[in-house]
Amino acid sequence: MEVTRIKLADGVYLTYLPARKFKTSLLSAQFVTPLRPETVAGNALLPAVLRRGTVSCPDLGALSARLDNLYGARIDYTVRKKGENQCVGFVASFIDDSFTPGREKLLEPVAELLGELVCDPVTQHGRFVPAYFESEKTNLIDAIRSIVNDKRDYADSRLLQEMCAGEPYGISRLGSEKQAERLQPQKLYAQYGQLIASSQLELFYSGSASVERVERALRSAFSTLPRENIREIALAADHPKPPEPKLVEEEMDVTQGKLGMGFTCGSSDAAALLMGNTLFGGSSNSKLFLNVREKLSLCYFASSVYHRQKGIITVSSGIEFENYQKAYDEIMRQLEAVRKGELEDWELESARSVLLNAYASMGDSQGKLENFYIGQAATGQEETPELLARQVREVTLQRILDAMATVSLDTVYFLKGKEAQT
Amino acid sequence: MKQTFYERLGEAVCRETLPNGLRVNIVPKRDYAKSYAFFATRYGGMDTRFCLNGRWLDTPAGIAHYLEHKMFDTKEGNALQELAKNGAEPNAFTSNAITGYYFDSTTHFEENLEILLSFVSIPYFTEESVAKEQGIIGQEIRMIEDNPDWQIYTRMMKALYAASTARTSIAGTVESISHITAETLYDCHKAFYTPSNMVLTVVGNVDPVHVVDIARRVLPREGGPAIPRDYGTEPARVAERETKLAMEVSCPQFLTGFKCTPAEDGEGYMRQSLIGDMACDILLGDSSPLYLRLYDQGLINTSFGGAYEMMPGVAYLYAGGDSKDARAVTAEIQKEARRLAEEGIDEDFYQRVRRASFGSNLRGLNSFENIAVSLSEGYFHGYDPFRFPQVFDTITKDDITAFLRENLTADRAVLSEIVPK
Repeated sequence: MEVTRIKLADGVYLTYLPARKFKTSLLSAQFVTPLRPETVAGNALLPAVLRRGTVSCPDLGALSARLDNLYGARIDYTVRKKGENQCVGFVASFIDDSFTPGREKLLEPVAELLGELVCDPVTQHGRFVPAYFESEKTNLIDAIRSIVNDKRDYADSRLLQEMCAGEPYGISRLGSEKQAERLQPQKLYAQYGQLIASSQLELFYSGSASVERVERALRSAFSTLPRENIREIALAADHPKPPEPKLVEEEMDVTQGKLGMGFTCGSSDAAALLMGNTLFGGSSNSKLFLNVREKLSLCYFASSVYHRQKGIITVSSGIEFENYQKAYDEIMRQLEAVRKGELEDWELESARSVLLNAYASMGDSQGKLENFYIGQAATGQEETPELLARQVREVTLQRILDAMATVSLDTVYFLKGKEAQT
Repeated sequence: MKQTFYERLGEAVCRETLPNGLRVNIVPKRDYAKSYAFFATRYGGMDTRFCLNGRWLDTPAGIAHYLEHKMFDTKEGNALQELAKNGAEPNAFTSNAITGYYFDSTTHFEENLEILLSFVSIPYFTEESVAKEQGIIGQEIRMIEDNPDWQIYTRMMKALYAASTARTSIAGTVESISHITAETLYDCHKAFYTPSNMVLTVVGNVDPVHVVDIARRVLPREGGPAIPRDYGTEPARVAERETKLAMEVSCPQFLTGFKCTPAEDGEGYMRQSLIGDMACDILLGDSSPLYLRLYDQGLINTSFGGAYEMMPGVAYLYAGGDSKDARAVTAEIQKEARRLAEEGIDEDFYQRVRRASFGSNLRGLNSFENIAVSLSEGYFHGYDPFRFPQVFDTITKDDITAFLRENLTADRAVLSEIVPK
């Protein structure tokens, strides 16, 4: 898979991946900006407001009609957290030229609409249409509030908030309810001007068109994009290790408890930590899955994630309230087992194969490719999936043990039922 | 082996039925790194009452899903581990009418396929291993009980259906699964996991002849008898008009469901499914006049959406999302359906929705899982899902308005709500 990265303008880059095997093409435009409490909610609101209308298609009805006629092309707004950066923008997906019934070309019209959504929003008296601002602000507040509806997601995000309190990594991608409530139309319009002028714009394309054609379409679509004082992307700072683990408990009227645990990693050997985490709780053959779930039947899910950009590991599990201590002990025991190298050959082999399989099959999904390359660009990384796979292949057991020896408990978060005993 | 080319989709499918009755579908995809296998039985959450060897059995709610969990156990240990050594992470799901086991892998595909076929066709459980699973599935049930999306949907199904086992929760309840024994699991496996009740679909860079050979070699030589099932006799009326539950949620949510006339198997089944989808898009899809109006009024947000679903003896259209005024939204949906049925559908709008609908069906072919599941369902219901462009051509505006007139009426509607505590 040949990746091409081209600089189109000051702080504007195109990542181009040719592919003929998909029914669709994917085109993405993402602004990369540091996660900061004062801008996070506004940046999250911007793409939603922009998605309401452009000068040429001033309302949802006109936009929908234009997209329907492009054979149901989709342009969705996205708000993501990548390391300590926030990525906001649009992902467009449309039928590849070879499958349109009349062989119509869709790349150019879709790119044009994408450019309009970013550069040419419909405005009233020099700001966003008040009704659009208000209704999307309400939607944003609702979306932030609704995180609590999925208790697993909620517990995962609460753990990160507590563990990384005061650091950008602890900020959730949409910001907080309070931050969203404070948003004002005039200030948001100014923030919009700043965002599109001074943050890095990452463009991504996967499909059958030639690089020249994609470049031409995008140059034309973004020809009016202002560019000035481009801000460097933020690299994530190391998470400081607390003197003692922090314990946070919360009560809610739920039937299942959620136990989350956060760990700092002292080592910077990312490939070794990735393998170590896969052995610990990163696959359906991990220590956590086989012991906490399969052997002790304590839960339906118990898994861990290695946050490569931040150098931390988090564990997520759903348990009966009264099993808190049992689950906690078992999770710690399994971490210890990985650290001591109590690993059978097949465990090592399968952890490696699972990771290699994931890298090898990434090229089969446009969505995964987009998310991967935008993530790399947004965090200043340049490795391709092939290179990351090679790193995983080369990791030795000793490196895994050395890296995992630096993993220590940082924060415990427990969501329990009302009046439950632990 | 029969190979069919689908020019409008740029796809081909090889099909063969083995002497034991197993249907094998292979969709060659040359440029992909991964290959995907999906092995499914026509057996799901709604198949709780059936006849085996002349005897009618009533099995506990949740048993198909329980069996799915236990199938991964093998005499040697666990199939998950065997497959993981080759980098494949297998998984499975149980729906109302299907249980499917699958994996994808970029290496050792044929070896992995053998493991898949073997562990799904050879049951191995003991009283002890069955009892152990109560804890895990118990926690899965507790998890979904805390999930408002699951609650609101399950409660809508119970409101729509009085007798049909479509109203049974797929995972069952902590109580119902406590009655499951190793013996009942063996009975269910014997009844439903016979090659003649199953379909294997492989998508990827594979040799179709090898795939068929592996299936022939690994699976039992004999098929099994067709198993009569009892889904209950469902009256035309809805069971309950409204249902409401208070939960720890941030805002009120709702689903409104319409009990639709079910379709017979065959190409008509797919045709009705496409009509139902189009009707849904035209009535309340995100470019429909109704959606735009309600969105502007702040009565719905981007969480709003709808779908048309079919399963044996059952069909329903449903829609919902977050809303401060569920009643107003449901009233508007019914009003708009009446208007469309009376005044007809605007020609420009109809043509747009047709284009978009074609695009979205084509988009679905990017996903191996989606291809495999739709070919399997198509096989079980006697149609070929890759013929959708041709079937699409036969659908007219009148089909859509007739569908709306018949199904989207007040007496067929139910409302399920979740409100904050």
